[in-house]
Amino acid sequence: MDLGAANFKDNVGKALADDKLQNAMTETGPRFIYKRTKAREALPEFDQLRDQARDIKDHVLDHLDIYLETYEAKVKATGGYVHWAETPDDARAAVLDICRKANARMVTKGKSMISEEIDLNQHLEANGITPVETDLGEYIIQLRNERPSHIIAPAVHLTRDQVEADFRRVHTHLDPKRDLTEIPALVEEARAVLRQKYLTADVGITGANFLIAETGTSIIVTNEGNGDLTQTLPKVHIVLASIEKLVPTLEDATTILRVLARSATGQDFSNYTTFSTGGRRPGDPDGPVEYHVILLDNGRTNVLGTEFQDMLRCIRCGACLNHCPVYNAVGGHAYGWVYPGPIGSVVTPALIGIENAKHLPNASTFCGRCEEVCPMRIPIPKMLRHWREKEFERHLQPTSMRWGLGLWAWMAKRPKLYRKATALAARVLANQAFGKGRLKKVPLASGWTEFRDMPAPQGKTFHQLWKERRS
Amino acid sequence: MPENSPRVGLFVTCLVDMFRPSVGFAAVKLLEDAGCTVEVPEAQTCCGQPAYNSGDTASARAIALNVIAAFKGYDYVVAPSGSCGGMMVKHYPELFEPGSTDHEEALDLSRRTHELTSFLTRVLKVEKVVAQFPARATYHDSCSGLRELGIRNEPRKLLASVEGVSLREMTDSEVCCGFGGTFCVKYPGISDKMLEKKLRHIEATGADTLIAGDLGCLMNMAGKLKRVGSAIKVRHVAEVLAGDYGTPPIAEAE
Amino acid sequence: MSARETILGRVRAKLPKGPEGARREAVELHMAQHPRNLIPARGQGDIDHRIRVFTEMMLAVGGTVEIIDDINEVPHHVAVYLRDGNLPAVVRRGSDPLLAKLPWHRGGTLEVTEGPAVDADRASISHAFAGVAESGTIVQISGPENPTTLNFLPEAHIVVLESAALFASYEEAWSKLRNSMGEGNMPRTVNMISGPSRTADIEQTIVRPAHGPKNMHVIIVR
Repeated sequence: MDLGAANFKDNVGKALADDKLQNAMTETGPRFIYKRTKAREALPEFDQLRDQARDIKDHVLDHLDIYLETYEAKVKATGGYVHWAETPDDARAAVLDICRKANARMVTKGKSMISEEIDLNQHLEANGITPVETDLGEYIIQLRNERPSHIIAPAVHLTRDQVEADFRRVHTHLDPKRDLTEIPALVEEARAVLRQKYLTADVGITGANFLIAETGTSIIVTNEGNGDLTQTLPKVHIVLASIEKLVPTLEDATTILRVLARSATGQDFSNYTTFSTGGRRPGDPDGPVEYHVILLDNGRTNVLGTEFQDMLRCIRCGACLNHCPVYNAVGGHAYGWVYPGPIGSVVTPALIGIENAKHLPNASTFCGRCEEVCPMRIPIPKMLRHWREKEFERHLQPTSMRWGLGLWAWMAKRPKLYRKATALAARVLANQAFGKGRLKKVPLASGWTEFRDMPAPQGKTFHQLWKERRS
Repeated sequence: MPENSPRVGLFVTCLVDMFRPSVGFAAVKLLEDAGCTVEVPEAQTCCGQPAYNSGDTASARAIALNVIAAFKGYDYVVAPSGSCGGMMVKHYPELFEPGSTDHEEALDLSRRTHELTSFLTRVLKVEKVVAQFPARATYHDSCSGLRELGIRNEPRKLLASVEGVSLREMTDSEVCCGFGGTFCVKYPGISDKMLEKKLRHIEATGADTLIAGDLGCLMNMAGKLKRVGSAIKVRHVAEVLAGDYGTPPIAEAE
Repeated sequence: MSARETILGRVRAKLPKGPEGARREAVELHMAQHPRNLIPARGQGDIDHRIRVFTEMMLAVGGTVEIIDDINEVPHHVAVYLRDGNLPAVVRRGSDPLLAKLPWHRGGTLEVTEGPAVDADRASISHAFAGVAESGTIVQISGPENPTTLNFLPEAHIVVLESAALFASYEEAWSKLRNSMGEGNMPRTVNMISGPSRTADIEQTIVRPAHGPKNMHVIIVR
């Protein structure tokens, strides 16, 4: 596991100085927001559906053991295999074992955040199996050896000229004279290269947006059709899923699907929503012969039953990222691990430990836009605040901040002393401003004055003046 | 005007107290003009948000109890801030065990507490203010007021009644300015990037005055505007509604 | 202890305590009844309304729709569609009985091949299990009659949708599936398809196609 999440401040510095990243974020950020707003306005029942979606997941989490057992039994009954994995190591081993039994040399992959979470590609490569990402965004970042910078738009941090450069570097068959300056030309090139991969892959690996207990079904949602070609053409289909993906019934999955695409891309429904249940049936002329599901825990059971449980409702739509002013300022890579943005700052500490992700819960203004748009109504600011409580309890915050806030809180509990201290501070600062109304520099406040002036106090405190005027 | 003048406890807020008392006096004027009897309990300091948002729940709880005690018995508690108002209305009850006396008292305070413009319009049913203020203005929605207390039309409605004020909407008026309490000093680079975007939207309106309802956000935006040499004047909504154009704008010379 | 036992054990240790029987009953009851949640009003109405909404939604996502009255006219419309799209007069289908008995000779030179799709196929035709008006969605189920590859490999995917199977909502398609396969049973694959393949992964700019069909053409038979 890389611990980029611990280096948040350095990552932020780089991101803010990266002009290409800043251009990409400025261009694309508002588009997601506009599209979601339109989709929401077009469906009057949207907010009610969000309430129901939340309730469905809460019900599942309260009965998770039973739903997991029911789901497993159903998958087995339809000829599929379920592999339980406590850790990323377990999951990687299970995937490798299936690939080896299938004599796999090349596997195609649909988009899967669990694959990122368990660093599957590195493990397959180390064992002589070539993984090929087939979602266009994932393919691009695989060529660049990067992590996704967004949950649903992995390459949102890049511009077309960067993609062209990567294609020219890796696709050595490309005629240098071929014009790849426009986006459709880039897409066409990727389509041609990846089509051959689908046809020759030995195993197809996808994620799962949902698992349905009633039917033993896994669901993937894509727009490109890459997930379907990935899972339909090879002989073996492996589904990577974490245990909280369960939903009870087809109807329940349907309700959550109604809010998923609208929240993610602003579509009414994604182009391809695919329900997979077991392997090839008698008479089937196509489709995978074997169907495997990896059920990963990786820390999720630690979250159950705690003040953090609500994060397990997340359906990875990315709406909180799109609407987050901090995410839009720094991009996804600054967060340093698999899940960026507001929900990443909630999930990452749970999965890799708060001591390895100390900054993430603090890098929020609590503006509340994430909670406002979350289709599953996850109280993200509240969860971030709970992480800050954990940090406070464990003394993980910087000493200067602890002391500063400690002193302030001590004063705030003593109104008389507080009155005197604020009156003194107001007078000193006002004098320092020499009637200009603002200060360029203030001792101990360089974080403020690095980028902005400090408005000067008017001279006396409200309480002083109130006493003078009203007594 | 109500027959019995409502007794209002003004929650000054720590920033208004120390940096800009004129906002507090503007709030008092507006409340008195609307028929309230205003008092300022001496025992108040801060709402406790810095502690609460830093994970120091014990301190937040102690400060909250102090505020609850200080404002006992008032018909209403009014703050010229959606942020402190949100803390008292939404978060105080979360600090205490449901069923406990402290929780009951927190709920009681929560029910009596309001942000200034929403108190005037929703509770006192004020339709307009009698004031003059020359300003081509744009209004920034501070996050807590907007998303915790649902305040959006209230300040705009009152501002529209001020003689001389014309309002023009900026793009993304509901997007955070980058203040976020201690956030802006802990992550100044991110805060500044957010501020830059906010400034572009403010400037694009052609407004000569920026108005908002929270002094923290206003100090942040004013500090940046002045740093880059902008002539845009920055004002708290209470000052504009009270017609107080004599006081210099935020971060400007007398 | 197996990973399975460990994970389930941890889940049980964390969940609210309650009588085990009641929790199991609650789950079993919910799955047996599979109640419908809120269904948006958008798609609900008579067949004219459903056709109108379906068409509007399908067009909005880059698909095309034509409405015909006589199913025997399908071969002619397929031939015209392929010709207008500069595609060869060849179409792939599965063993679907409705498609099998169509008077394909009415398509002129149209050649019809049977079986799952191969990479070289330029066009395919499927018989829809259902259509869903609310989002302009086609529902296909796997099997020899309409192989899954027909939905993804060819450049043009033509779908015949009978108006009796054009529902207001997904929920009605699930009811039809439960009636035909029995409670709790699913075909290997159910594909819900709303328009041709697309991507917005570079600069959030929509490009069609990505990996699947470039064109999706729905022929609704009244």
